Amino acid sequence: MSVNVKKASHFLTNNAIYVVLVVIFIGITISNPDFLSLSTLTNILHQNATKAIIALGAAFVLITGGVDLSAGRVVGLSAVVSASMVQMSNYPQKFFPHLAELPVIVPILLAVLCGLIVGLINGLVISKLHVPPFITTLGTMVIVLGVNSLYFDMDPNNSQPIGGLRSSFTKWGTGSFSIGSFNLPYLVIIAIVVAIICWIIFNKTRLGKNMFAIGGNVQAAHVSGINVGRNLLWIYGIAGALYGLAGVLEAAKSGGASSAYGNMYELDAIAACVVGGVSTTGGIGTVPGVMAGVLIFGVINYGLTFIGVGPYFQLIIKGAIIVAAVAIDARKFVAKK
Amino acid sequence: MMTSPYLLEMKGITKEFPGVKALDQVTLQIRPGTVHALMGENGAGKSTLMKCLFGIYTPDAGEIRLNGEKINLPDSRTALDKGITMIHQELHPVPRRNVMENLWLGRFPMRGIQPFRFVDGRKMYRETEKLFKDLDMDIAPDQIVGDLSVSKIQSIEIAKAVSYNAKVIIMDEPTSSLTGNEVEQLFKIIADLKARGVSIIYISHKMEEILRISDDVTIMRDGRKVGTWPARELTMDLIISRMVGRDLTQRFPARENVPGETLLKVEGLTSPFAQSFKDISFELRQGEILGIGGLVGAQRTELMEALFGLRSVSSGTISLRGKMVKINRPTDAIRNKLALLTEERRVTGIFPVLSVLENTVISNQKSYVKYGWLNESKRREDTDRHINRLAVKTPSMKTLIRNLSGGNQQKVLLARWLLTRPDILLLDEPTRGIDVGAKFEIYSIIADLAALGKSIIMISSEMPELLGMSDRIMVMCEGRVTGIVEGNTASEEQIMRLAAQHKS
Repeated sequence: MSVNVKKASHFLTNNAIYVVLVVIFIGITISNPDFLSLSTLTNILHQNATKAIIALGAAFVLITGGVDLSAGRVVGLSAVVSASMVQMSNYPQKFFPHLAELPVIVPILLAVLCGLIVGLINGLVISKLHVPPFITTLGTMVIVLGVNSLYFDMDPNNSQPIGGLRSSFTKWGTGSFSIGSFNLPYLVIIAIVVAIICWIIFNKTRLGKNMFAIGGNVQAAHVSGINVGRNLLWIYGIAGALYGLAGVLEAAKSGGASSAYGNMYELDAIAACVVGGVSTTGGIGTVPGVMAGVLIFGVINYGLTFIGVGPYFQLIIKGAIIVAAVAIDARKFVAKK
Repeated sequence: MMTSPYLLEMKGITKEFPGVKALDQVTLQIRPGTVHALMGENGAGKSTLMKCLFGIYTPDAGEIRLNGEKINLPDSRTALDKGITMIHQELHPVPRRNVMENLWLGRFPMRGIQPFRFVDGRKMYRETEKLFKDLDMDIAPDQIVGDLSVSKIQSIEIAKAVSYNAKVIIMDEPTSSLTGNEVEQLFKIIADLKARGVSIIYISHKMEEILRISDDVTIMRDGRKVGTWPARELTMDLIISRMVGRDLTQRFPARENVPGETLLKVEGLTSPFAQSFKDISFELRQGEILGIGGLVGAQRTELMEALFGLRSVSSGTISLRGKMVKINRPTDAIRNKLALLTEERRVTGIFPVLSVLENTVISNQKSYVKYGWLNESKRREDTDRHINRLAVKTPSMKTLIRNLSGGNQQKVLLARWLLTRPDILLLDEPTRGIDVGAKFEIYSIIADLAALGKSIIMISSEMPELLGMSDRIMVMCEGRVTGIVEGNTASEEQIMRLAAQHKS
């Protein structure tokens, strides 16, 4: 009996995030049974697909023991860059009035490239100039906002929200793949593919293993023959590219962009990672955990609104969950007296 | 009651943790004004017993008597108030603050009236000065602690203990990071404390020390007390056999290695830093075990790290099989078939939050990659083979390495390097902090590797280990080689002389 209780409590502590996710879901369903439907589920997934991609990028960095504050602003930059180049040719307020219709892939790749470059700069400054990640990315966060605002303010756009995006672009954010009457949004499919690729990098590649080693003990990683600088460069680069992709998808989803896009997304991403069991001191984290972390916030957002809890009250609940999740996680490592 | 001959008595102390009986009816009796050594292998229960005495753990059963009076120790604060203090193996001062603030931390002398009470800096200075004068310690109260040597910081801890009016001072491996001179100073302080009637519980793995300074020795094994003996009735072999519970006829395995041709040749290797190693020249033959002796601060570790590309070199050459090689970073060293087992296992060796598997294969990842993809079954196969080969005791290869004992962690680190198929293994204090039984296993592994034709450079500060394991011993002092002697003819005195030889 007591062995079973012990086993159960062990299971609960080690899988706390998934349990919490299920409990929240059930709780909301009990207070309003209409919540439990396929459309609710796809709505939640659709709303959180880009957040999941950003959180995965943040997870790479957190696992190395770093932090990336530039995520949100990179999302904004790539949203603006991609949107500025995919406007309909007959749209009256074009960002580039004389730009011909490019194949959609070109602006998408350019926007992702912007993210990659910012990420590589982060990685370079951190590994070569030995500036702590917090400071480095705080700096690039501000710089990226500046660059994006300058770009956004160019004549003739003059900081007007960018609209009139071509449907061949926006369909990636709003369209879905139909199986009978069931519609699976492209956005969700993309997020799942990204998650699978990240899982492979985490678990099946040298880069992934090195990332955990660097976060686990950077000095030992160095002694073990890991080129810490080069690995960090790639990690921050991948993270940046993921933010870039998320920015493109944000623009496609909303059908427009402005330089304010992505503001504070980095904090949501870090919160989702931490709730999903990623250690802020490095070396620990899983892709399914991060996904669960994103979904917990997604379900809370959607569900609490669904049952009529006001947005201010939701903030309090979200904050409490962040702290509670880490407190539960910390229990795993606190030595018992 | 008051006639008890003991200052401190712990009777029938039992402490259970989930799944383990850490202490089983342990009794410890300390006479006033004596040094009482507590010995046992890692995991024998010494630390647990001391934590019970210092109020960190609450025993499940048993009683503690101080001066014949039964006492309860719910926390460390109470223990301190009763005059029981502990000096931990690893000191945790506040490095950027000064000596006196560290000393009086948590109980600063105050002045003024509530709520306007401020720290009385002048009083604190005076009292600190007086305390150091009493103890004959030469430390300025306003020096920044981070600038002091380990031994000075330890002296501060001892002064702190005295300032609590300590009757019993627990010292956990106090000499583990001290140089020869500093150890002598510590022993002087201990003698002084004894004369004041203070009793010292002394935990150490170093037999010579124990036999020299202790009055009584209690030996523990597997959470039980084996017995208490006057130190003068004990010998090193007696202590070891009582600690491990069997007769250790041999402390070192027989070596069957036959040194062959010269493999590594180091000439005139010099560090860019004036106080570090200079003009180091030596040769290492295939299948040879070259010991490196010297005192702490002899720059032996720095030399090893330079050979492995962790430190820069201003001049000198390294040749392998007659060919000059450049080693600027660890990857260069690994490519040239070198491996380095570092001294600070926790700081530069293990990845505590990763599994035994990941810790084992981390340096050999390159060989598991196919089309960018790691071959999981090969990783497991290699780990499994080495866990068995080196007899690593672990529940599974998925266990986090931090849950293993020091000896087993060390074996995992050895496995990590063996997987890279090195020709030369640089071992920096390979048995430091490892208990006697596991030490023998590590020695056997080293001997086997040498017999297989691997060349080994082993830094050791333990004289018997150096003499027992090395074919030749290179002795360093203050960054220079002061002599290279044959292992089977060298004596401890000879090595000590070389280690203390100051060449200016």
